[in-house]
Amino acid sequence: MLLAIDSSAGTAAAVVDGARGILAERAVADTLRHAEVVGELITAVLREAGVGVADLDAVAIGVGPGPFTGLRVGMAAGRAFALAAARPALGVVSHDAVAAAAYEADPSGELLVVTDARRRELYWSRYRGLDAAGLPIRDEGPALARPADVPARERRIDATAVPAGMLGLVAERVLAAGRAPAPVVPLYLRSPDVTLSAPKRVS
Amino acid sequence: MTGPLVLGIETSCDETGVGIVRGRELLANVIASSMEEHARYGGVVPEVAARAHLEAIEPALQRALDEAGVRLADLDALAVTAGPGLAGALMVGIGAAKGLAAATGLPLYGVNHLIGHVGADLLRPPGEEPAPPLDEATVALLVSGGHTSLLLVRDLLDDVELLGETIDDAAGEAFDKVARLLGLPYPGGPEIDRAAKDGDPAAIRFPRGLTQPRDLERHRYDFSFSGLKTAVARWVEKADDEGRTLPVADVAASFREAVADVLIGKAVAACTDRGVPRLLLGGGVVANARVRRLAEERCAAAGVALRIPPLSLCTDNGAMIAAVGAGLVAAGRAPSGPAFGADSTLPVTEVLVP
Repeated sequence: MLLAIDSSAGTAAAVVDGARGILAERAVADTLRHAEVVGELITAVLREAGVGVADLDAVAIGVGPGPFTGLRVGMAAGRAFALAAARPALGVVSHDAVAAAAYEADPSGELLVVTDARRRELYWSRYRGLDAAGLPIRDEGPALARPADVPARERRIDATAVPAGMLGLVAERVLAAGRAPAPVVPLYLRSPDVTLSAPKRVS
Repeated sequence: MTGPLVLGIETSCDETGVGIVRGRELLANVIASSMEEHARYGGVVPEVAARAHLEAIEPALQRALDEAGVRLADLDALAVTAGPGLAGALMVGIGAAKGLAAATGLPLYGVNHLIGHVGADLLRPPGEEPAPPLDEATVALLVSGGHTSLLLVRDLLDDVELLGETIDDAAGEAFDKVARLLGLPYPGGPEIDRAAKDGDPAAIRFPRGLTQPRDLERHRYDFSFSGLKTAVARWVEKADDEGRTLPVADVAASFREAVADVLIGKAVAACTDRGVPRLLLGGGVVANARVRRLAEERCAAAGVALRIPPLSLCTDNGAMIAAVGAGLVAAGRAPSGPAFGADSTLPVTEVLVP
C-alpha cells in the first residue's frame, strides 16, 4: 500500500493498493496553493482510506516535470513524510501517470502527454503504449519546448492535472515488476533564471 | 531544565536550518547553506536557494534528529518559518513540515522568522548556564542580508512593536554590493571586515542615511543604505577616473563605520527614547566585528545592557524557530491551522500564523 503525492500541476494525494486499486484520492486544481493544501490532502486520503502510516509500504512522489515552486512543495512533503514514516520514497515521472490513465481508457497506440511549463513553453513526453507490466513505455521526454516545437501526434493529451491515484498505481506496478523507481529528483528541465549583471556606473 | 521538545525548520533565505530544542535547551542546530552557489551572482538568487532547500531538507532533518538523539515520536510539536522571507524558499520548509506533521500527527506552528531571531538568545546548549530570560521589555536590532529591523519586544509571544526598518536595501545587502564595488568576493560582510582591519574609519565621511533632522521626523528608527552604497560607488569611480590607486582598506573601514554608526546609533536612541535600557542584536550582520564593538561601546556609555546570541544562533537557523515554537507550546497556544501558507511579508506583530 502506498501514499502518492503529486504537485507538478495542482496538488493531489491518494492511497493506493496494488491489489485493491485506488482507495482514496483527492486533488486541488489551484496552481498557487500547494503549500496551503498539501498537508490536508494527505491526512484526508489516509483518513478516507482508513489507513494508518504504519500500514504504508512506501511513498510515491511525482517528480515532475512541473513549474518549480509548486513541484517542490509536494516533493518536500513526500520526502519528509517518508522520513517520518521510515518508508522508502519512490519517484514517478508525473507524465507517466497521465499516460497510464489515458491507456486505461484506450490501451493502444502512440500518445503525447503535454503540460504547461509557463513562460509560453510546454513540457511533453511521447509514449508508445503499455508494456507487460502495465507501465507506459516512454520513448521520448520529458522535454521542454515552445508550442511550435512540440512533435505533432494524433493522440495528444494536454493535461492540467496529474492523477495521484494513477501515479501511485504506476509506482506499485514498478515495484511489482521488480524495476528501479525513478530517483526522487525534481525534473525542472530549466536552469534557474539568473543573469550576471556587471556593475553600472552611478556618476 | 525541561520544556516542550520541538523541532524547528527554517528556509526563508539561503540557509536550510533544522533545530531541536527542549524548552530553552539547544539540542541540535543543523544548517546547510547554499551561499557558495550564490557567490558568482553577488547575491542570493531565490530559485537557486529554493532548489538547494529541497536537496538539503531531508538530510538536515535526519542529522538534527541524530545530533539531538531523539526520535520524531518523542517530539511535542513542530515549528516552521511561515514568513517573512523568499516565498519559494519558505514553501519548501512548509511542505516538509506539513509532511512531517501528517505522518506523525504532531501539532505544527507556523512562526515569524524575525521573532525567531529574538528568541534565539533564549537558547543555550545543555550543560551551559541557561540564557537570561526575556521577561523585561527589550529593543531588538535584527540585521541580515534580507532584513534590517528595529523592534520593541515587550513580550516575545504577545507584544512586539516594529519601531523601524530599512526603506530600501538591507544592511547585509549593502555590504555585498560595496564588496563588489571594491572587487571583493561574496558574501561581502566578512570580506569588508577583513579589508577594513588596517583602514582608517575616518578617512572618508560617507553619508549616514535618514539621520538628518528632517528625515528623523518621519523616519526616526528607519534605515536607508541605498544612498550610502551610491556614495561609495561615486567615490570609487572618481578615484578610478583620476587614475588613483583605490585605498580599499580606507573605503571599507569608512563604509563599515557609516553602517555601524547608523545601526547602533538608532538602536541606542530607541533604548533611550523608550526608557528601555536593554538591547538585543540578531541576524548575520552581528558577525561583523565593528558592529559588535560599536554596540558594546555605545551601550556601555548609555547604560544599556547588551545581549548578543552566540554567532551560530545569529545567522538563520531552525533552532530559533523551534525556540519560538517551544514558547508557544509552553504558553498553551493552539497550533496554526492546517491551511497556512508562506507569507513573504508577514508583519512582525504576527508571531504565529493562524
